Amino acid sequence: MGFELILFYVFAAIAIGTTLLVVVQSNPVYSVLLLIGSFIGLAGLYVLLQAPFVAVIQIIVYAGAIMVLFLFVVMLLNAPREELVTSGILESPATRTIGAMLAIAFAAELAWALNRSSRLAWTVTDVTRRPFSVPEIGRRLFQDYAFAFEATSILILVAMIGAITLAGRQLTEGARLKSRPAGDASRTDGGMAEGGRAEGGRAQL
Amino acid sequence: MAPASRRAGERALIPSVAIAQLVIVGFVFVVLLTAAAGMVYMERKVAARIQQRMGPTLVGPYGLLQPLADIIKLAMKEDTRPKAADPILFALAPIISAAAAFTAFAVVPFGAETDFFGLLDQPVPLQIADVNVAILWVFAVASMGVYGIVLAGWSSNSKYSLLGALRSSAQMISYELSYGMALAAVLVLAGSMSIREIVDAQAGAWLGFIPRWFVFLQPIGFFIFMTAGVAETNRAPFDFPEAEQELVAGYHTEYSSMSFAMFFLAEYINMVAVSAIASNLYLGGWHGPLLPLWLGWIWFLLKVGFLLFFYVWMRWTLPRYRYDQLMAFGWKFLLPLSVINLLATAAGVLYFGI
Amino acid sequence: MAELNHYLVLSGVLFTIGTAGVLLRRNVITVLLSLEVMLNAVNLSFIAFGRFLGSSDGQIIVFFVITVAAAEAAVGLALVIALFRHVETLNPDAFRQLRG
Repeated sequence: MGFELILFYVFAAIAIGTTLLVVVQSNPVYSVLLLIGSFIGLAGLYVLLQAPFVAVIQIIVYAGAIMVLFLFVVMLLNAPREELVTSGILESPATRTIGAMLAIAFAAELAWALNRSSRLAWTVTDVTRRPFSVPEIGRRLFQDYAFAFEATSILILVAMIGAITLAGRQLTEGARLKSRPAGDASRTDGGMAEGGRAEGGRAQL
Repeated sequence: MAPASRRAGERALIPSVAIAQLVIVGFVFVVLLTAAAGMVYMERKVAARIQQRMGPTLVGPYGLLQPLADIIKLAMKEDTRPKAADPILFALAPIISAAAAFTAFAVVPFGAETDFFGLLDQPVPLQIADVNVAILWVFAVASMGVYGIVLAGWSSNSKYSLLGALRSSAQMISYELSYGMALAAVLVLAGSMSIREIVDAQAGAWLGFIPRWFVFLQPIGFFIFMTAGVAETNRAPFDFPEAEQELVAGYHTEYSSMSFAMFFLAEYINMVAVSAIASNLYLGGWHGPLLPLWLGWIWFLLKVGFLLFFYVWMRWTLPRYRYDQLMAFGWKFLLPLSVINLLATAAGVLYFGI
Repeated sequence: MAELNHYLVLSGVLFTIGTAGVLLRRNVITVLLSLEVMLNAVNLSFIAFGRFLGSSDGQIIVFFVITVAAAEAAVGLALVIALFRHVETLNPDAFRQLRG
């Protein structure tokens, strides 16, 4: 087995393992951290695919900025650990059979598509090609994809304004924040342990 | 002991270059730990002298063994953990901080290529890895360092820790922007992202005696980089979140013994990393007059040492910024300045064709 | 060495895990996280195709996907914060006012 194949399996195992845990386990803070682990595994895969620039950009933007945002929101809202799937959707047999059938159909479709693609003769270009250098990517970005680039920058501006408007502290809501009842039913783990954290989390920063 | 490739009739099982690489990795690690210990000593001595007192003098000659005494003291303390603290995160946070601090050194070169007086077949660069996106790597690792602090505050389950952690991490991510823009301006000047190539672009001198360092081409960029670096590492005058008088000790209030030592270590290694990268990007790395290129690492050490001294000097001279002043400075002054710096650098490169 | 199919299978598996998360989790933030997982799976297949077809288009499109995902995460989380102020819970089943 080539060294590259071993590395692929290692990074793939990291990615799948952490992603599975993200979806399966119940503590949201752990979910965010496991997702960061998944991003690191994927970044390793991008390096294997000769895209080091995108790998580092993924760590900077996704793992370093977006996930910090998620973590801040999780900590500020201080949501209690949820129980998995309590809504009773999975109880009825009709839902289960239809769900299983759809899942099997989806899996069959994927398997068919992958089987077909492996039989087509992909013209795989020179496998020892060096990775695309950053100047090359930059040139393509600013020449062929210039419009998309500018549109994306406006999109980010709009998103910033939207986020600030939606989540910004409104003075009329300030009274509501302080008047949370002491023993509300949404808390599954009770007691003073969480109370201190909640106060700290809601305080003015 | 002859290198493996020179033994007659045998194929090298492990190429000598690989062994050299591993040795360099180990060497860098050891040097960083020693540097952290040295920083502890230097900080206390310089602080003492600035405050017109002597500093450590009892342990060893001139108090040089003081860091050793500190480490022994910290190691022998009881490792406490608050009862309601999240055990996994509480243990993980200092590890993330320290790991992120050390990882930044994976791409920092500290010397020219050398073959160790002919021991190796081919010259090996004095650095762990010469990645061609090295500047972005530095930036990525700085982003990862935020998590150690955030998790420390959250997992301690205490008001002071959480507030300190959230403020500290908000400060770090705010100053990362100016940090990145200053890096981008150097990128524009040098035309490459690999730190080794940036240093090599600073070789030589104008008029025979002014070295071609980027600090002369971009003084504002250097100022922005050092300021953002100081803010990133949570050092004075930007250390409000861990100021003793304000928030007990911020995010590391609940830590003791070796975990606290890890945070301490992470802070000092971050300082060394910022100084090393600044001296590579702006002060010409290992190039300098009088010494031949293969002794360039001496110049590198001198430059890094000077910047570290400057760090300590700033801490004990300048008053502390209040948190809102700190954030206003980062967003309303430093960020626009770094954008203007980047635009001016790009315009200059286009116009003068540097 | 790892063939294109390896990467596509991995991308499919990650996408499936993400979809399961979006459909099954009862916490709005975890639903958003699973959405990010799905976007990452797609990124992986873009880059794999870009590599095996020898074009840099894959990397550039991933660049845009990451940016758009950032914008969407920001707005999504702002919405979550605004909703939480009203209903004090993160269970998506609590938001039923537009139903029927």
